[in-house]
Amino acid sequence: MSKIKDLQKSLFAGTTSNARQFGMIFALVAIVLLFQILTNGLTLNSGNLISLVSQYSYILILAIGMLMVIVAGHIDLSVGSIAAFVGIVVARVMQDWNVPWFVAILIGLGVGALIGAWQGFWVAYVGVPAFIVTLAGMMLFRGGNQFIGNADTIPVPQGFKVIGAGFLPEVGPDTGYNNLTLLLGLLVCVAVVVREWKARKTRREMDADVAPMWISLIRVAVPIAVVLYATLRFAGGRVGTSFPISGIILGVLVVIYAFITRNTAGGRHIYAVGGNARAAELSGVKLKRVNFLVIMNMSILAALAGMIFVARSAASGPQDGLGWELDAIAAVFIGGAAVSGGLGTVSGSIVGGLVMAVLNNGLQLMGVGSDRVQIIKGLVLLLAVAFDVYNKNRGRFSIIGSVSRPFRREAPAVPAPRVETGQEPAKTPVAR
Amino acid sequence: MSDAPVLLEMRSITKEFPGVKALSDVNLRVRRGEIHAICGENGAGKSTLMKVLSGVYPHGTYFGDIVYQGAESRFSDIRASEQAGIVIIHQELALVPGMSITENIFLGNEPRRYGAIDWKAAHRQALELMARVGLREDPDTLIKDIGVGKQQLVEIAKAFAKDVKLLILDEPTAALNEDDSQHLLDLLRGFKERGITSIMISHKLNEIAQVADAITILRDGHTIETLDVKAQGVDEDRIVRGMVGRELHSRFPDHTPKIGEVFFEVRDWTVRHPISTDRMVVKGSNFTVRRGEIVGFAGLMGAGRTELAMSVFGRSYGVYQSGRIFKDGREIVLRSVSDAIANGLAYVSEDRKSLGLNLLDDIKTSVVAAKLSKVATHGVLDQVREYRAAEQYRTSLRVKAPTVDEGVTKLSGGNQQKVVLAKWMFTDPDLLILDEPTRGIDVGAKYEIYNIIQQLADQGKGVIVISSELPELIGLCDRIYTVFEGTITGDIERRDADPELLMKQMTSAKKAQTP
Repeated sequence: MSKIKDLQKSLFAGTTSNARQFGMIFALVAIVLLFQILTNGLTLNSGNLISLVSQYSYILILAIGMLMVIVAGHIDLSVGSIAAFVGIVVARVMQDWNVPWFVAILIGLGVGALIGAWQGFWVAYVGVPAFIVTLAGMMLFRGGNQFIGNADTIPVPQGFKVIGAGFLPEVGPDTGYNNLTLLLGLLVCVAVVVREWKARKTRREMDADVAPMWISLIRVAVPIAVVLYATLRFAGGRVGTSFPISGIILGVLVVIYAFITRNTAGGRHIYAVGGNARAAELSGVKLKRVNFLVIMNMSILAALAGMIFVARSAASGPQDGLGWELDAIAAVFIGGAAVSGGLGTVSGSIVGGLVMAVLNNGLQLMGVGSDRVQIIKGLVLLLAVAFDVYNKNRGRFSIIGSVSRPFRREAPAVPAPRVETGQEPAKTPVAR
Repeated sequence: MSDAPVLLEMRSITKEFPGVKALSDVNLRVRRGEIHAICGENGAGKSTLMKVLSGVYPHGTYFGDIVYQGAESRFSDIRASEQAGIVIIHQELALVPGMSITENIFLGNEPRRYGAIDWKAAHRQALELMARVGLREDPDTLIKDIGVGKQQLVEIAKAFAKDVKLLILDEPTAALNEDDSQHLLDLLRGFKERGITSIMISHKLNEIAQVADAITILRDGHTIETLDVKAQGVDEDRIVRGMVGRELHSRFPDHTPKIGEVFFEVRDWTVRHPISTDRMVVKGSNFTVRRGEIVGFAGLMGAGRTELAMSVFGRSYGVYQSGRIFKDGREIVLRSVSDAIANGLAYVSEDRKSLGLNLLDDIKTSVVAAKLSKVATHGVLDQVREYRAAEQYRTSLRVKAPTVDEGVTKLSGGNQQKVVLAKWMFTDPDLLILDEPTRGIDVGAKYEIYNIIQQLADQGKGVIVISSELPELIGLCDRIYTVFEGTITGDIERRDADPELLMKQMTSAKKAQTP
């Protein structure tokens, strides 16, 4: 028992990666393998993997922003509407004013920032709960989409489609694979090795026990095997297809935001605000600014997600982005964030989003109707969180609890595993 | 007394949690009609024992027997123990703020008539119960509109509504002022005469020595001894000896102050209430702090000490009205907490759980939280520097935790307080304001905290200590200000400080300098 625990600890903790994401990743792998069998190998087919990435990248981008919003103790219901609004604005300026596509993207991000500033102002400086502000935003910008687009669909030009429907181009010698995708895969492998090496160095500098070399080897070998397998799949698809551009955008954002949330003072402030706003304020954290930026950041990412979706579907319409906020929120909670804020990681949310994506995709491949897919997704969300709550209450290992801690922290507030956690007299036992 | 029949006997109680033996072979014998105190340091197992007794930990999750009223009891939950007449009142009161006194007294236990609540009867019974606990209020008053002391009485009335035979009070006076505490203790004595047995957990040893008939002392999950107060002439020092297993020669470390120049001065400080802005919470307060000096702020609850301190600390309380702050002869303006931190101020709040710590954090995250820039380059945190900083404080302050990765919720009150102190020492302040730095922590840890405070003063820092315990202020501080209704009413040197003089200044508006 304890031996397994030790092994689990040294395999999954003690790196710069988040502690014991074991549970969620294991669940993801299990779901992938299950569908691989149930769909007779269709799930891990090149074409399916490629469409999986391009189909869900924008939801995962939303999940990144939503994670930060939820960690700070808020919620954002407006992201789907903002995505649709920005999508129609961008389509419109390209159609009516012949604005080049890259300028249009900048305009789109600018509109997202403005909307974010608007919502952030109400949340951070006026103090209206984010639930209300973004519920209002959800109606406001959905209406705005239909107002600007006359409730109609507007097509977008070819160049713009790259961000949603583009792939890494074919260059170099004919290897039978997409060379750039191969290169990308190799870079990721190198990154995995470098990261493990740096983690070992950090551990040594902290005078902590460094895991034996064979454990490091496993920790490097398993991800590399997965990456290499995926690389060959993505690179070996139909000619002209490869790893989608939207997937690359997603990957870059994940790396950036994982770094921000884990390794910067600003990221630390978000967790502090969500964990105990008053204590954070008394520690010199600028509460209003943090809330403002978190809400604003979400809207910018929603704008980006909206544009990627429009580029992929080649047109912007009034039904774009319906229900996206709920998919993003579900991904974040499956990925282990706490409803009360202060807990959660970017990588956890991505894994949570992938669980939902693979589930959706696998069921569709099996020909399950969208009615039943919805039912199953709802149950999975409920059971994933319920299982975790149950385990937490029993003081057992909690998948979500373990995923949801930013950088190697021990389980919070498990009911009474210790003798007494202190005899604090409550200063104001009842509301005052 | 000691020939009264035994009401409750807990025999060889052992309770284990994963990895920890919280109680080990604990025995408790309570006689009918006595006030039985349970003493012990934090983590000694007092609350766990009470949870075993009241059925929070049901029969089967612990070893040992509970014999209550002559029969073995196996409570499956709190309801079962309440039906047997055992009622526990926790230190966090279980009242609904938005409901009236009557509604709270009968919550979950409403008198019914034909299935509907019989409010007439409830009202009548509430008045009776309130009279029994000496609570004079309109029973329709909302809980949030009465003070903590009266709320405590409502809790006890609620216990009486359940026909209590054994009343368990967990730190009943921790949040009460002197008057309310005294009233509560008198009440307990009155119950005794009416044959109600009480078990009382408290850190306030003077109260225990005053009212208890018997004292059981726990240490590290073991029963150390049971003292008969009258027969053995037990005093506070005797209890302390049992709790810590050694005689504390002095409750305060020896210290020779090295006091320098005045370096911090607040003049004419006036602050309005954040909501009812026509009310002045702090009025024209003046005070100074010298380098190396430990300055005390004495005052009753609600005197405005915390408000004064927090408003100086970057206006984190109330609406600033007027006043100037000088540091090292230069006027400084502190508009925000970050201004205050940048100017070398630190404020350790009185409520460490809700204001001092993020309970989701581990030790190292907490230690660096108020000055992330010290472990970051261009905003990017350096884990190694963070770890080393935290590790240094963990060893130097002797925080009892295996590593700095330990979550702060797993620490005892004293160790949490050390982490909060470390957090503010890490900002390298010139002036530390400590608000009730030893509240709710045990005797041994208090001594260590006093040591840290004195070391900080010896480094040439100024320290302000706000405390409700006069002996603490007198034992620790070089100079004491008294605060009454938002105004500083006295400035008393250590050699002149005695409890009577302080209490006089704390309760009168007349400003009197020491002779």
